[in-house]
Amino acid sequence: MATSAWFSGDVAASMPDNTAMFLQYEHRDGALTLRPVGRWSIDNAEVIARELRALDRDHAAQGGSGAVRVDASGLEALDLSGGWLLYRRVHAFGEQGAEIHWQGGPPGQISFIEKTLHDESAAAAPAHVDEDETDLTESVRSVGQWALLQVRSFLDALAFFGRFCAAFGAALLSAKHMRLPALVRQVYETGVQAIPIVSLIAFLISIIIAYMGASELRKFGAEIFVVDLVTVGVLRELGVLLTAIIVAGRSGSAFAAEIGVMKLNDEVDALKAIGTNPTEVLVMPRVLGLIIALPLLTMIADIVGLLGGSLLTYMLLDMPPQQYFARVQEAIAPTTFWVGMMKAPVFAFLIAFVGTLRGMQVRDSSRELGRLTTVAVVQSIFLVILADAMFAVIFLELDI
Amino acid sequence: MSAYPAAGLEAAAGALITARNIVNRFGTQVVHDGLDMEVREGEVFGVVGGSGSGKTVLLHTILGLHRPNSGEVLLGGRDITRLTGEELRAVKRDYGVTFQHGALFSSLTVRENIQLPMVEFFDLPAAVLDELADLKLRMVGLAPEAGAKYPAQLSGGMIKRAALARALALDPKLLFLDEPTAGLDPIGAAAFDELLLTLQKNLQLTVVMITHDLDTIFRTCNRVGVIVERKMVTDTLEGIVGNDHPWIHEYFHGPRARLARGGERS
Repeated sequence: MATSAWFSGDVAASMPDNTAMFLQYEHRDGALTLRPVGRWSIDNAEVIARELRALDRDHAAQGGSGAVRVDASGLEALDLSGGWLLYRRVHAFGEQGAEIHWQGGPPGQISFIEKTLHDESAAAAPAHVDEDETDLTESVRSVGQWALLQVRSFLDALAFFGRFCAAFGAALLSAKHMRLPALVRQVYETGVQAIPIVSLIAFLISIIIAYMGASELRKFGAEIFVVDLVTVGVLRELGVLLTAIIVAGRSGSAFAAEIGVMKLNDEVDALKAIGTNPTEVLVMPRVLGLIIALPLLTMIADIVGLLGGSLLTYMLLDMPPQQYFARVQEAIAPTTFWVGMMKAPVFAFLIAFVGTLRGMQVRDSSRELGRLTTVAVVQSIFLVILADAMFAVIFLELDI
Repeated sequence: MSAYPAAGLEAAAGALITARNIVNRFGTQVVHDGLDMEVREGEVFGVVGGSGSGKTVLLHTILGLHRPNSGEVLLGGRDITRLTGEELRAVKRDYGVTFQHGALFSSLTVRENIQLPMVEFFDLPAAVLDELADLKLRMVGLAPEAGAKYPAQLSGGMIKRAALARALALDPKLLFLDEPTAGLDPIGAAAFDELLLTLQKNLQLTVVMITHDLDTIFRTCNRVGVIVERKMVTDTLEGIVGNDHPWIHEYFHGPRARLARGGERS
């Protein structure tokens, strides 16, 4: 590999200390001669960096040297990345007090790097200012930041609620502010289009309850109570709860994503600049639309659930539908249906509020969009279940 | 000089990109119909055309992002319209691109944006990655502190520069720029022109640039290709200015052009 030709003058005919692919070097008379060879490009940067580290170790073992000569004539190619690796190494030798000599002058890339760094070095401020931060201060700071973030998030939600109330008030005073076309579209998208999936889920749930109830109650010879179980379970709790959870996954995420993308595209700012109120145009139709759509969906879920129950009791218990529906009439109190139904608008408000709020909080990046859409779904489902638990306690206390 | 010089016929030494007989159709709409284009090594080639004339489609065709209905695109001797998979990936590694609106990845910091191509193709130590990213940032005139920021925190001019830094991440010899100075103030645009010339000279780049900015064309371009009537008319800057096709004449002799020509490339 190394021939007598590769060094000029006094060091000719000597062999390099190493036989690496990209970097030949030699220590002689207290001077280090570097001879980069081959293609110093980013393709080979990994190997070059490794060979430079080997040089470092060797050089330290030799005790350093007073002079470094670089002979770049053996380079077949030198791109900026390769140039940087070479420059950095040679520059470090210079910093250690070695005298640098580029044989035949430094290559253009090295000069360009030097010029680039020189241009900027005056203007560049130190990159790391808070280097003295310890683990302790950092953890205290992150806890504090988290707490502040929670407070700000709460205030944010409060302000958002206030804006919604103001827009709603304005809408009550004037039909123009109601945005009826948008409202109808929301009812269609969140309500009508959700009918198939909501019906399917309600049907499956009623089958699960009926099946489970039948197998358990049969032990006591009390199969007839399967009807009570299905009826009360679906009407009071499961119809509305499962509908709300499906809608939270379906529409809560859609609200957050739609509004979030509009935020990223500056469309929300454009609305403001036109003089329209984004809360009125984007938030209110969604919230009111869902408050209309969710009770209707719940009603459909209730009906399908009861039909599913009748099918199952017919198949499992040979109970004719007439007897089933007569039993349904006996099983329900006058309030049973309404206990379920009155929860629907509350759940709808929670889902739509969280979805639109999170959408409005999207800023800067697509990652935020994804994160806040997820947060919207998880939080709205959580709030729906929490509200359902509170309703259960309240109804128990009121003896309904 | 003839009114419609056929581009690419003058066989030039060192053609880096040769597009022949490109046809691009979308439904019934024909965007390019037998378009020829040639870019020589070491030049700054400007692509000009009216809105909707298919400049960006042409760029995507040359980049291998869009497959033309017919025609061939030779990029360093390889016909990218016929390449697939790993071969196409290898071609893409050889050029850098900036897109119209920067197209920086919004969920990554500027430094991570620049490092992404390096990480994707090579297995470099983290320290080297950081240093290279900082070097690229400085090279395009950004302070290393800008590297820790997210694209949304940058001004328009900084986004253009950061996008350029990402395009140069793998030290390509070939650089494509889609409207690099659009949306910049005149001072920022002029600074970008100078930056581009400096980089082109020092890194021996070949640059293909789509632009509407007459100042940029006159300052930076060696040759210009104008897309008219679904074909490309290519000539030197002086030649294209003297072309008597009505649209080209209007483009280079309109009220704005007269002002811009003061700064013609020397």
